[in-house]
Amino acid sequence: MKILVPVKRVIDYNIKVRVKADNTGVDLANVKMAMNPFDEIAVEEALRIKEAGIATEVVAVSCGVTACQETLRTAMALGADRGILVETDVELQPLAVAKLLKTIATNEAPQLIILGKQAIDDDANQTGQMLAALLGWPQATFASKVVVDAAAGKVAVTREVDGGLETLELTLPAIVTTDLRLNEPRYATLPNIMKAKKKPLDVVKPETLGVDVTPRLTTLKVNEPSPRAAGIKVADVAELIHKLKNEAKVIS
Amino acid sequence: MSILVIAEHDNASLKAATLNTVAAAAKINASLTSEIHVLVAGATCSAVASQAAAVAGVAKVLVADAAHYADQTAENLAALIHAYASGYTHVLAPATSNGKNTLPRVAALLDVAQISDIISVLDADTFVRPIYAGNALATVKSADPVKVITVRTTGFDPVAATGGQATIEAMSAGPDLGLSKLLGRELSKSARPELAAAKIIVSGGRGMGSGENYHTVLEPLADKLGAAMGASRAAVDAGFVPNDYQVGQTGKIVAPQLYIAIGISGAIQHLAGMKESKVIVAINKDPDAPIFQVADYGLVADLFQAVPELVAAL
Ligand SMILES: Cc1cc2nc3c(=O)[nH]c(=O)nc-3n(C[C@H](O)[C@H](O)[C@H](O)COP(=O)(O)OP(=O)(O)OC[C@H]3O[C@@H](n4cnc5c(N)ncnc54)[C@H](O)[C@@H]3O)c2cc1C
Ligand SMILES: Nc1ncnc2c1ncn2[C@@H]1O[C@H](COP(=O)(O)O)[C@@H](O)[C@H]1O
Repeated sequence: MKILVPVKRVIDYNIKVRVKADNTGVDLANVKMAMNPFDEIAVEEALRIKEAGIATEVVAVSCGVTACQETLRTAMALGADRGILVETDVELQPLAVAKLLKTIATNEAPQLIILGKQAIDDDANQTGQMLAALLGWPQATFASKVVVDAAAGKVAVTREVDGGLETLELTLPAIVTTDLRLNEPRYATLPNIMKAKKKPLDVVKPETLGVDVTPRLTTLKVNEPSPRAAGIKVADVAELIHKLKNEAKVIS
Repeated sequence: MSILVIAEHDNASLKAATLNTVAAAAKINASLTSEIHVLVAGATCSAVASQAAAVAGVAKVLVADAAHYADQTAENLAALIHAYASGYTHVLAPATSNGKNTLPRVAALLDVAQISDIISVLDADTFVRPIYAGNALATVKSADPVKVITVRTTGFDPVAATGGQATIEAMSAGPDLGLSKLLGRELSKSARPELAAAKIIVSGGRGMGSGENYHTVLEPLADKLGAAMGASRAAVDAGFVPNDYQVGQTGKIVAPQLYIAIGISGAIQHLAGMKESKVIVAINKDPDAPIFQVADYGLVADLFQAVPELVAAL
């Protein structure tokens, strides 16, 4: 079976963004970009399923600007067999990405699509669920354990939910989105980075796929949140308790 | 046309997050003159329906009671909500794990955008939501015929749970798609307040050193304060506590009256989940830890000394 892994190019998670002075967005000029951390976990999971002899091919897909090729090369350096870039300069919102991924999924016919649960830039947490709806497939979001039974055509997925954990059984083909505890992604080795340069990378356009990617939401402005008033350091536990009781009045 | 709120419940009782979501619906309704309806989809969930009917500001409660809604699986729920959504201008759910799981699926079926985690309503089409781990706030406007929205509960004070007198209407259930099946649940049991609704939270990080330390050092403090207990990702990853303790960008978003961060460095992903707390206390032995930048009261100390001292003095 084939596994599709959508990977998004986002700002590196270590970087604290700055809002642009004209309030049109955040400043991404000369900022370090990387693969969305949840997508690294998705790639890792797909590779482990392949290494266990269950999957035969792992295909990474990215939607966005030309530079997303780097993200696909990263996925291939980790072990993905090939990459597909849906190239566009249009700002892509989750519904548009889900529609693009749907056409790719229809062409590629994977049994499993593993996405990140959330992109750390838009913090949307939508694309996997939307893709599942468009394909009419079952979904298991926020996965911390994935067990594929290819012979039975099922996958059992343990999910991190508000109250703890729950395990669902889905009929394949299915959508899984990753949470932090699913696995610990490997690092790409230098030889694998070199090898990845020779792996196939196809580039297609949204128009060729027949998908209208026009944004549905208009961003009117982007602001910095109001900063917290500066706090103080207390000298000891006694002062802390005094402040909490008499100044903040949050304990009695 | 009305506004539809999807109830958060466990078939037995209505969850508090629904009250914050109705509050957001009421804000939207300030510029409209619609009704607010609440959908209770579950199995033998009539107690939930009665509770929803008592919520202030709700005009009608729709109940879809069928065995295939017992586990709140996204496929069946989304199909049901989709079938009813066309009569509504807005469909809202709290940004809980259920809401986040189901609403994007509804939006895609309707071919509309979904707006995640709104913290404020400017008018019926315009909303504010955090992006980039809350380091920026985006004001977004939707032109879609139905706005499908998840609500960050900390952004809206809950409406009263009582005082309303909504009518209750039984709805026909949607199809059982049979695409997924619940095999089991391992829910954390605790006598403490729920994280999302707690007034005081005691939260521990990697600095706790072990799960045993987390419990022996922090529990007496939480007991004294009647607090809920939270954690950083590092503490969850290290297995000190279960996943549902995680506070942050990708965990739970909390805004209690008092948040006490102990042995937590204050990474942006953690701050994203707690920096709207009214009062923040940090106890950390590193004077340069970033958590001190958001703390109202910072104590530079070894937690293994400071916390027992605090417990003894309270
Ligand atoms: C995609 C992604 C999502 C993430 N989501 C989240 C999230 O939702 N929530 C979250 O919390 N993190 C999240 N993180 C992780 C985040 O980046 C940090 O790694 C994490 O918050 C660090 O946890 P910590 O502060 O407990 O550990 P550390 O950063 O290791 O800090 C431990 C602190 O304990 C202090 N300490 C140690 N010993 C003592 C002692 N004896 N007394 C007093 N102080 C002591 C140290 O000085 C240090 O400041 C995410 C990361 C990524 C990449
Ligand atoms: N432009 C994109 N290209 C490829 N995958 C994407 C893109 N946007 C979102 N995804 C996938 O969808 C997941 C959730 O993203 P989001 O819904 O934006 O939070 C990500 O972790 C990716 O797996």
